Order: sequence, then C-alpha cells, then structure tokens
Amino acid sequence: MLGEVLRKPDKGKSSGVLFGDHERYVDWDGRSEDPQGSPGGALRRELEAGHSSPITEYTITQTAMKELLLGIFENPVIVYTLLALVPLIFVIPFALFAVWWERKISAHMQDRLGPMRTGGWHGWAQTIADILKLIQKEDIIPSAADRRLFKLAPYIVFAGSYAAYAAIPFSAAYIGSEINIGLFYVIAISSIVVVGLLMAGWASNNKWSLFGAMRSAAQIVSYEIPIALGLLAVVMVAGTFDLQEINRMQSGWFWNWFMFQKFPFLFLAMIVYFVASLAEVNRTPFDIPEAESELVGGYHTEYGGMRFALLFLSEYANMFAVSAVASTVFLGGWNSPFGSFLSGPVLGFFWFLAKGMAFIFVQMWLRWTLPRLRVDQLMYVGWKVLIPFGFVIVFGVGIWTLAVR
Amino acid sequence: MGSYFRNVWDGVMTVLIGMKVTWKHLFVPAVTIQYPDVKLTLPDRARNRLYVNMDDCIGCDQCSMACPVDCITIETIKSTPDVDLGLTSVGTKKRLYVPRFDIDIAKCCYCGLCVPPCPTDCIVMTDVYEFSEYERQNLIYSFATMSPEQIDQAKTKLTAYEKEQAAKKAASAAAKPAAPKPAAAAVSAGAKPPGAPAPKPEPLPGDGSPKVPETKP
Repeated sequence: MLGEVLRKPDKGKSSGVLFGDHERYVDWDGRSEDPQGSPGGALRRELEAGHSSPITEYTITQTAMKELLLGIFENPVIVYTLLALVPLIFVIPFALFAVWWERKISAHMQDRLGPMRTGGWHGWAQTIADILKLIQKEDIIPSAADRRLFKLAPYIVFAGSYAAYAAIPFSAAYIGSEINIGLFYVIAISSIVVVGLLMAGWASNNKWSLFGAMRSAAQIVSYEIPIALGLLAVVMVAGTFDLQEINRMQSGWFWNWFMFQKFPFLFLAMIVYFVASLAEVNRTPFDIPEAESELVGGYHTEYGGMRFALLFLSEYANMFAVSAVASTVFLGGWNSPFGSFLSGPVLGFFWFLAKGMAFIFVQMWLRWTLPRLRVDQLMYVGWKVLIPFGFVIVFGVGIWTLAVR
Repeated sequence: MGSYFRNVWDGVMTVLIGMKVTWKHLFVPAVTIQYPDVKLTLPDRARNRLYVNMDDCIGCDQCSMACPVDCITIETIKSTPDVDLGLTSVGTKKRLYVPRFDIDIAKCCYCGLCVPPCPTDCIVMTDVYEFSEYERQNLIYSFATMSPEQIDQAKTKLTAYEKEQAAKKAASAAAKPAAPKPAAAAVSAGAKPPGAPAPKPEPLPGDGSPKVPETKP
C-alpha cells in the first residue's frame, strides 16, 4: 500500500513539464504557439492534453497523503478531518508569531523596544504567554447578550477565514484542494467572515459592538468589489481560477510574475487588490470597525478569554489569507524568483511564505504609519478611487488581450 | 478631473512619504531603558531615601523640627558626666544617647528640609529609590543602634545621677544659696522598635547638642 502510494509517477510521460523547466511557460499567454489565442495559452492546453500537472512529480502530494491516511484509518471522515486540520499547523504558529512580530515592528517604528522579557530573547514567548492566559480566563457572556449567537460568532468568523486556506497553494506539493475555481472560492468563502462579525456585534447587545459590526459590514461589502476587479484582471490574463495553475504559469524568473505582466495594468491591479484587502481584513487605515479610540474594540468589545483569542486568531489568519492570495496571484506564489534555482517543494513553501510575509510586513508597516480614515473617506477611496481604477485595469487588460494576439 | 487625479496622486505620495518616515524609524535605536537591568543615572542632587549615620548623630532634634510632615521621631537620654560618648566626625562632642530615631519614609515628602539644619551632616538624602514594601509598617525605618538593655541601663544611670544631684543640691541649698543646676532634660525612653540593630558593646551614641539649651550633665 505504502509503496504504491509513494511510487513516482511515470517519468517519461511528464518529463517535459519538470518543475524547473520554465522555458515553456515564458510564453504563457501563448502568442507564438497559440493560433487560437485563448488566454492561458499553450501551457493550459498542454496540461489538459498531457498528464495532470507537475505536482505529480513529487511523491508526497495531497492525494498521496489522503491515500496514506485512508490506509491507516480506513475511515474517510477521520481522514478528511485530519486533512482539514493540516493548515492549522501553519495558521496557529503564524498567528502567534505575527502578533509578536507586529508588536516588535510597531515598537521599533516608534523607537521603542516592545516585549523584551518573556522567554528571553526579545520576548519571543510573549504571545505564547498571552494565549495561555486567554485560554485560562473565565468565559464571560454579558447577561443581556444573545447567548447562542454570541457563542457561535467567533466560530463562524474563524471558519470563514480558515476555509480560505483550503484552496491556498502552500507549495507545489501541497494545496488543500486543487479545485478549478480556487480563486473564486477564496473570495467567496472569506465573505462568510462578515456574517460572523455582524453576529458578534449584534449578539453583544452593545452599541459599540453594533457600530463596529455595521461599519465592518459596510466596509467589506464595498471593498469586495475592488478585490474582485483586481483579481479579475489576473484571471483574464491567466484564463483560469485554479490557483495552482496560476502559480505554474508564473514559473521561471521573477519577471514572469503576473505583477510585471501587461505593465502597468497588473501592477496597478496588485495595488488595488492590496489596498482593498487591507479593508477586507479591517487593518489600518481601514480599521474603523475596530477603532480602539472610538468604539472600544468594535465587534469584539464584549468578548474575552478564549472567544476573544479565536476572533484575534481569525483576524491574523485572514491577514495571511489575503496576503497569500496576493503572493500567489501577483508574485508567483511558491515559484522561486530565480527560475529553477532554489526551487522545489520545500523551498517553494519557503518562497510562498516569504512573499506572504512581505505582504504582511507591508500591512503592518502601513498600520503603524497611517491614521484611520473617516467613514466618508473610506467610502470615497472604495467607490470613487479603487473601483474606477479597477474597471480601467480590467478594461485595459481586456483590450490588450484582444488587440495583441 | 484634474483635481481628482491630483488628489489620488497626493494620497499615494503622502502615504509613501509616511512610510519612508516609519521605515527610517525602524532602524533608529530605541530610547527605551530596560529599567531593572539598566538604570538612569540620577542627578547629583537627587533627593530620595533618607539615611542617618547614627555615629554622628548628636540627638539635637533639629531635623525633626524642620520636617514639614513630622515623619522623624527622635528620643534622647542625657548621659552622665562620667560617660564619654565620643566625638562626631566633625568634632562635636556627643552628650545624648539616642535610643530612638525613626523615620516614617511613607510620610516623607522628599523635600530635603531636614538636611541643612543638621549640625553634623549625619542625615542625608541618598539616591536609593527602590524600597517598596508589602507592609506599610516596614516603611518606618529605625536608625537607632541601642538595645533595650542599654536603654534601660542609661535611664537607670541618669535617674541615679539626678537623684544624687538633687540630694547634693538640697545639701548645698541647706548650706547656702548655691548655683542651681537644672537637671531636667528630655528624658524619654521609648521602647525600641523590633527591627533595631544589634546592640553595640561600647559606649552608646548619644550627644550633647550645640543648640539644645545649655544643660550641663
């Protein structure tokens, strides 16, 4: 059983699409080899015609893991539950690290030091201590709160942000589910978060919470559109929603990344997407739903202990989810910037993480640079700047794709 | 339309300028001082916890009188002429025992008014500022060095001497009008607080104060 699972796929069949062999993808929009001129071009047809994907080059793939676990447990429910928990191995340490990192960045940007004592070196264990404290705290539910919704909301928020990880390609060898509408799924499922936020704000029975939740809903609904437009521009170029395939199209040197294609349209699309994603995850300068100085804590004012930790965790999970989408769609995801140099499934994870963290860093950098926008300014930026720019980008990319065959 | 694009452009550029500023500050050394590990050097004349050098104290009570919040409590016992309490470091002869010298540092307002009146410079403000306690009682510092036995001894001796003097005076008064000797001085012997230091074997620090009424032992 095990040998069968770990068996390498047929070498001769797939040798043309080896991971490092980027020459074929340089022409990914298929101008020279593609008489039909369909977006996505030569690569896509090759993938459709030949074997499934370069993923099969690696012995440990999602399918292999699944079959291996099925062999051990022989119960699909257990196996799929375990597989669903795999991104959690990444998300929780990431959230702990990101909170500490954010505190350090904010501190150093303000000429402070931040946490320095817990755990020895630069307070690295501070967030671990924090989470242990939060876990031990009493679970307080306000007496006037809607108990059932109040309890349920953090789980919905976390489920929304965690579900996005199902379609995020962490490496060439690992993606939770390689569905062909991956990008669409990520945008759609992360909107579930707003339901949880509204639920939390409403159930708290607190005016500040409700204000925060309503602002959050207004903001996320508005900024879904520029996000969708920014990604749509890439989808028009790539011709697919499949995130793993979008990654493969960007292999080779870094100038193959979609960020540098159809210049400047996709570069602007990245900026539009990034700015809108800040609003999507309620980060400064679009943090009016939390707005510590006006709304206490927004929708999580009434939360404490474990439920607060869950809301916080999902906030950071969401931050990484949008950064991961940005790095996958615009920065080539797990592709090494140097062609086949330093590439591979493990290094691919490293590159993916590095690009995601770079986005996270910019998010934090902006947070500690900019003040909060007013609600009307927020709506101005969303509807009068990002959306028109998004339309122009989509239009420009469309014209370019049609005109330059 | 032009103002719209200028607005967007300004927005982007000002954000970038702001990011440049924060980026620079990311590498500016922090101004934070890691307090328990690193401490700021205090100014030379910083006024913090009081300290009394009992070897130099002559029991003159001037610091106590100067104190605006009455946080210093001093009791003294006169010494008899046959006892030599020694000299202070500035050469003043000590004439009084000091069985009690308490400073309630919780009351102290760190004004420093007790320091200049001291004729022997034995009360000083140090640079120690970390002396928090869990019990307020622990903030009453006792500087006196006499043991209860020594205090009793000194008192007994003084009482005996006074009796003797009174007898002498009576005798001389009976003989002829003589130069009187007022013997009354501050004779108060409070019980020493429990935290007092170990008794000293040698003659006890007491003193004759320069400004205290000229009482001859």
